[in-house]
Amino acid sequence: MSAPGERPDPDALLAGVQRAQARARRGRLRVFFGASAGVGKTYSMLEAARAARAGGTDIVAGYVEPHGRVETERLLEGLEQLPTLEVRYRGITRHEFDLDAALVRAPGIVLVDELAHTNIAEGEPRPRHAKRWQDVEELLDAGIGVWTTLNVQHLESLNDVVAGITGIRQQETIPDRIFDEADEVELIDLPPDDLLARLKAGKVYASEQVGTASERFFRKPNLLALRELALRRTADRVDAAAQEFAGDAHSSKPWLARDRFLIAVAPDDQAERLVRVGKRFADALDAEWLVVSVETPAELKLSESERNRRIDVLRLAESLGAATVTLGGPSAAEVLIEYARLRNVTRIVVGEAKRGGIRAWLRRSTATELVRRGAGFDISVIARRDTRLPRRRAVPTSSPAAVRWDRYGAALLISAICTGVAALMYPYFELTNLVMVYLLGATVAAARLGRGPASLTAVANVAAFDFCFVPPRFTFAVSEAQYVVTFAVMLVMALVIANLVANVRAQTRVAAARERRTSLLYAMSRELAATPGFGKLARIAVKHVAETFASRAVVLMPDGGGHLRHWDGEPVAGLLQSADLSVAQWVFDHGRPAGFGTDTLPAAPAQYLPLTGTRRTLGVLAVRPTHRRRLLLPEQRHLLETFAGQIALAIERAQLAEEAERARIAMEAESMRSTLLASISHDLRTPLAVIAGASSALNDPTLTLDPAARSQLARSIDGKAQEMSELISNLLDLMRFEAGEVRLRCDWETLDDLVGTALARLDGRFGDRPTDVLLPSDLPPVYVDAPLVIQVLVNLLDNAIKHTPPATRIEVCAGVDGEAVRVAVDDNGPGLPPGDPEELFAKFKRGREESNAGGAGLGLAICRAVVNAHGGQITATPRPGGGARFLFTLPTRKAAP
Amino acid sequence: MFLVLIVEDDAGIRGVLATLLTSQEYRVVAAESAARGVIEARNHRPDLVIVDLGLPDCDGLSVIGEIRRHSPVPILVLSARTAETDKIAALDAGADDYVSKPFSTPELMARVRAALRRKARGGERLPLLRFAEVHVDLEARTAQGPGGPLHLTPLEFRVLDCLERHAGMIVTQAQLLREAWGPERAGDSRGLRSYIKTLRQKLEPDPRQPRYLITEPGVGYRLLVEEDWRPS
Repeated sequence: MSAPGERPDPDALLAGVQRAQARARRGRLRVFFGASAGVGKTYSMLEAARAARAGGTDIVAGYVEPHGRVETERLLEGLEQLPTLEVRYRGITRHEFDLDAALVRAPGIVLVDELAHTNIAEGEPRPRHAKRWQDVEELLDAGIGVWTTLNVQHLESLNDVVAGITGIRQQETIPDRIFDEADEVELIDLPPDDLLARLKAGKVYASEQVGTASERFFRKPNLLALRELALRRTADRVDAAAQEFAGDAHSSKPWLARDRFLIAVAPDDQAERLVRVGKRFADALDAEWLVVSVETPAELKLSESERNRRIDVLRLAESLGAATVTLGGPSAAEVLIEYARLRNVTRIVVGEAKRGGIRAWLRRSTATELVRRGAGFDISVIARRDTRLPRRRAVPTSSPAAVRWDRYGAALLISAICTGVAALMYPYFELTNLVMVYLLGATVAAARLGRGPASLTAVANVAAFDFCFVPPRFTFAVSEAQYVVTFAVMLVMALVIANLVANVRAQTRVAAARERRTSLLYAMSRELAATPGFGKLARIAVKHVAETFASRAVVLMPDGGGHLRHWDGEPVAGLLQSADLSVAQWVFDHGRPAGFGTDTLPAAPAQYLPLTGTRRTLGVLAVRPTHRRRLLLPEQRHLLETFAGQIALAIERAQLAEEAERARIAMEAESMRSTLLASISHDLRTPLAVIAGASSALNDPTLTLDPAARSQLARSIDGKAQEMSELISNLLDLMRFEAGEVRLRCDWETLDDLVGTALARLDGRFGDRPTDVLLPSDLPPVYVDAPLVIQVLVNLLDNAIKHTPPATRIEVCAGVDGEAVRVAVDDNGPGLPPGDPEELFAKFKRGREESNAGGAGLGLAICRAVVNAHGGQITATPRPGGGARFLFTLPTRKAAP
Repeated sequence: MFLVLIVEDDAGIRGVLATLLTSQEYRVVAAESAARGVIEARNHRPDLVIVDLGLPDCDGLSVIGEIRRHSPVPILVLSARTAETDKIAALDAGADDYVSKPFSTPELMARVRAALRRKARGGERLPLLRFAEVHVDLEARTAQGPGGPLHLTPLEFRVLDCLERHAGMIVTQAQLLREAWGPERAGDSRGLRSYIKTLRQKLEPDPRQPRYLITEPGVGYRLLVEEDWRPS
């Protein structure tokens, strides 16, 4: 979006409005924020709660960590406390916050201490969410206000900074978003000296815990640094809030002046840190930031764990609020610069390269290359940092490939065979040629056995050559120095070959895997795109997900009331029957994934993914994998999410199409109603005027009418009454057809009978128009609803009478046409009106608008409805030789029900 | 003088019917509800009952059933319900004929005459069925055409027998099949159509536009004898 600087971005404005609306429904979150434990967050929270309660607020204590502090416990007295949940875990019972109790009680505000707390995933009963902040989110979604406490070290973006200061890696973190979106943050500040004094007095931890905790953590320099961090973070927040309050911070700054950062990450151990650094940069400068990962051919050989790490890093970036993108191209620097230009990035942040020594000398690192090419950009290179700090969160990876001992055996065997061949050659060839045999062996090993075994062959070859052939033979001793060169070249060549071949193999494998993923996704997308209707879409989705992820899957869609229903279509291969509707409903309502492999209800056997469309959550995809570990791989999860996205897209497309169709029908109905009113009022009033005029004349004693005039008036009353009667029955028939109330009552009928009855009904209306009926005597009977088909004939004949001058010949003829009988009603009158003859069959359509011939234009519409209901077709064509021909078909077989 | 009972809730239609019938020298008794209609039928023993199906207190079908329980009086239904299923239901309930609203007076009067003639005739047959150029003697099982004797099959005679018993009035398709063929052929409408077609070819002056053997679409057939012709 390149909107001019002065104009606010409509998307941003819309997002702001939506945020405000969502906020109005959501409960308010108030965070008591501190630099470390012991500053008095819980105490302040309780004090504030008591004050609010005294003011009449409905406030209850959901969970308050006592820490055995006497003053704190005293403050709890007099506050309503929710019962805690007893969770059994490894034989001990712990007290946890009871989310459901809080949701049932639904107070105005609930106190939930320790926002960063991790629920006991293995406990009994199982928690719904892995983290307490998720519990809090659910409370807020339910419109319940929450007061909670938080320490600065628990913020995700500051995690590594804090670890750097204190040397302790915090395991429990919350996404920054929760903190940033909190409605109120109250900083509870205590100077470090006072804190240390409180600590010494045993006011923070019950005395026995003090030792280890304070030794490492509560040192004054640590506390000072943490306090500064907390103060700064709070100030950032206040700043951002003030800007938003003052107006739209984004639009008030000229567009070009606004910084946009690009953080380039490689899948190495520095990536996470780089992302956090980026987040801090972006926050500090109120800049947008993009995290970009570049896939170059060189990276094709990334190990699975490295690829998984890349996905994890991008996820982390997203959770911190960055936009992420993965680009492909020949060289990272080139791609980055190009993308940065495209997105008007002002600054590129890149990590320092890991490589050193010869490789650094041989090839420029991405950072160097960026500096060289990136004229006009600020380029920040972030120095590496020692990563000996314990890594958090072990990424679940597939078990490392078992060491293939058989291959190492084969490697030695190859060496032995080479030695055997060389021994046979030894009497006749020079030693140099024997070396060739060994190199051949090493190449074979590299091609067949992989890097490790090939290296073993290389070493074994050198050893065997030395031992068996180099004089003095059968010792490892070497008589001449020149052989040392031979050995070295032999070894290096074999190792290089092994490495090269292994790289090629790895690249091929990765490329094949990626190709496979892409083609799977493509296959599903293509099939989804070509499929109309929900039922079929869901079946295709289930089929593809089940096949791709070796799992059982199901797509659950809501009913009109927003409640998910079980699969009600016919079963399909790989269908998951045992989906838990309550979990699925939660996912649907909250738009967040749950179940196995997620942070919410991880104990469930299946994973539930929301199918999120552009406007709302459309349904839920539940997947129960056969191999649970596989679905935990970030790469697989990512792929599954992509699948879910595609399915959501397809469903949304189908829904939009359906809505558009409904809107179109509604619009047509609307326009039809108004046409109907106009048409009916005209067509009923005209004959009614004749009837009223004629009958009042007959009734008027002052008028002297001769008998001929009286009978003339009576005849016109009769005629017009019949016309009205015909119109009304046509109208009612059509409405019944449109309401879907017409059920054909078919029977075997002869066309002679149908035509005869129709002619009888029109008896006397033909005037001096000659009528001809030409029906072959061997015409088979038709299987039709007789009264309806007679109505068709009557309407067509009536039409011919109305729209032709006197003395026009009218003809009905018929013939066999395959499994149908074709009936034609012809006249040699003036022919069809100009324009598309199809339009004649539309409702309220008259051949000539200005014509005064009776009928509301319903006749042909009914004909079409009737003929179509019989599975036939009706058309209007010019009759050869002049006039009009209406042609329709009737079945001569019982239609399949 | 024949007595006609009109069971009809709409005063306008009651008035028109009364006027029409008295002008034809019939006596008229009117009832505006089903309950009243059943009582009047018992009190006055009318020669013909004209019943509307949509009555305020209960369905006209129950009036037909109630009258039929103790009287064979001809019943003519006059209703705005035009669906074939409604017509068949009324005929099955015991009605003898059916006229749809809005009705044409000549048609209604022809039906009234036919019903009253049948009542007057009792169980007696018409001696001779007269078609334009063909005469059929059902008793003697002979038919006479313009060019000499005409051959009719026994089945064709049975079809004519059945239609003659209800001359001028509707015979439902099911009834015709049952009476002419017997219960085992009850569903064979296809066969019935072809017999009617052949009969028309033998009897009608213009089989394409029948004047005697009339089809009531979706319901059944009606045999018009000379006296019942609609003046057109």
